[in-house]
Amino acid sequence: MHSNIFDRYLHSDSSIHRLAPQVKVVIAILFIFSNALLPDGDWLSFGISWAVILLLNLLSRLGWAYTLKRSLIALPFALAAITALFSLPGKTLAIWHLGSLELILTDAGLMRFLSIIVRSWLSVQIAILLVATTKFPDLIHALEHLRLPKMLVTVIAFLYRYMSVLTDEVIRLMRARQARSAVLPGQRGGGSLIWRARTAGNMVGQLFLRSYERSDRIYHAMLSRGYSGHLRTLNQHEMQINDWLIIALAFLLIAALQLFAHTTG
Amino acid sequence: MYFSPAPLHIPDGFLSTIVSLISWAITIAILSVAVKRTEKLDEKQVPLMGIMAAFIFAAQMINFPVAGGTSGHLLGGALAAIVLGPWAGMLVMTAVIGVQGLLLQDGGLLVMGANIFNMGLLTAAIGFGLYKSGEGRKRTLKLGLAGLGAWLSVMAGALATSLQLWLSGIARLDIVLPAMLGVHAVIGIGETLITVSALAFIFRTRPDLLEQAEGPARGGRGWIFIGAAISLFVLILSPLASSNPDGLERVAGDLGFLAQGKDAPFSILPDYTLPFLGEGAFSTIAAGIIGAMVVAILVFFVVQGLRTVKKNV
Repeated sequence: MHSNIFDRYLHSDSSIHRLAPQVKVVIAILFIFSNALLPDGDWLSFGISWAVILLLNLLSRLGWAYTLKRSLIALPFALAAITALFSLPGKTLAIWHLGSLELILTDAGLMRFLSIIVRSWLSVQIAILLVATTKFPDLIHALEHLRLPKMLVTVIAFLYRYMSVLTDEVIRLMRARQARSAVLPGQRGGGSLIWRARTAGNMVGQLFLRSYERSDRIYHAMLSRGYSGHLRTLNQHEMQINDWLIIALAFLLIAALQLFAHTTG
Repeated sequence: MYFSPAPLHIPDGFLSTIVSLISWAITIAILSVAVKRTEKLDEKQVPLMGIMAAFIFAAQMINFPVAGGTSGHLLGGALAAIVLGPWAGMLVMTAVIGVQGLLLQDGGLLVMGANIFNMGLLTAAIGFGLYKSGEGRKRTLKLGLAGLGAWLSVMAGALATSLQLWLSGIARLDIVLPAMLGVHAVIGIGETLITVSALAFIFRTRPDLLEQAEGPARGGRGWIFIGAAISLFVLILSPLASSNPDGLERVAGDLGFLAQGKDAPFSILPDYTLPFLGEGAFSTIAAGIIGAMVVAILVFFVVQGLRTVKKNV
């Protein structure tokens, strides 16, 4: 198995794909920021935000429901928000007893809980759209334009370049472990917990050594090709006039939405 | 199943704006020191850190069956800091958490500052600090300290996550704290076992890699105090807060930090409102930015202070 499972980019020729990557990063962050600032229970503003996402989906020619389909991954963490149901004073809807805990479900708590889920769900969708319409190496380059320290950007670029290589290595290690671990029918497989953990630890140690030695080889190969401490790209991603216009437009729209949400609500 | 070694990757929407911004400010302050310190090392260090980030990313997928379909994983912050030094370990973990959030949507973007702090900076500081305190001692002692550091690093991450959720007005302390700490006390054992046996393996095969990291080159003895301080904080606060969450709420209330849910931290900036907008989001943003700046400036001065102290010694 080759682990290009990490690639999230979907090629298409749309106006969204052609935007400079740093513009897309800024707009995605603005959008997430805007979600965080919308008041609890302002379903109209949440709805408008979602309509914008659907529109962006259409504009990037991915099909209107693309991000919707991919957006369910963040749901497990919703468990952490469940306690929000019981944490706010308000009109009591129901009371449960769990051991010594008294859980009082309030209307304010329910609204907070649903708002958190919706905010999280909207934010994940814009992030999905960002990586689906931008090649990840371009995204990394955008981070450099956004004044992230060069060294950190280089480390991220290396991570992206080698994560599938080392993931393949892990898959080989796991397959080897599986091949060694035959189980007779009716018998318990494997040793004690400590024994199993030691096996996993040895695999991590093995992976570390292989990675370390690989980094040595990579460094020398790069040095012999003229590596001078930072990565270059042929794609310069200079900001064009319409990139600035798009950023200004996004900023205005989000400011208008916030103004609307906080004056009518 | 692949990408979440521990349910610590907070998605966007779960932390209040203030908590997110302050976490970012602290994280950026610490990371900028890390970048400065690491830039002084030789240029070979950068590709090494990149590959090591890919190593941590891949190593997080290695699991072992525990019981009833659950499995143990590695978070890796302590391990990264032990083999690479604390600053490089922090940068490596930052890259891993950054890519998990940006590429795989495992953890949000606005809350990434908090995620990096919980899973990358705290874990590296504790792991390296405790390991460093065994410098020059027997190998078994070093491994024991590394194991303790690994367990505490997971607990510290869980504690910080719970506190951030609570400060955001999302979770009730008396539910989230015992739940998070209870789950992670078990997850932390997996972290300990894998970290210790991975280090033991490296000691057996390439002891030179670990021994060259000793001495003040990668991190001075100050890390021992930092590691010990965070560990003590975790060890004292966790049981205290779990058994008596009302106590913590009261302390926070007395400090004026938390009056009620998420509106509380603004009380540091009383009456801060824009007259024509009322007490809406814009006042909140402004208050958040000011709060974040105050924290950043404080951290900056503390770091500067530490530096001059060091020069004088």
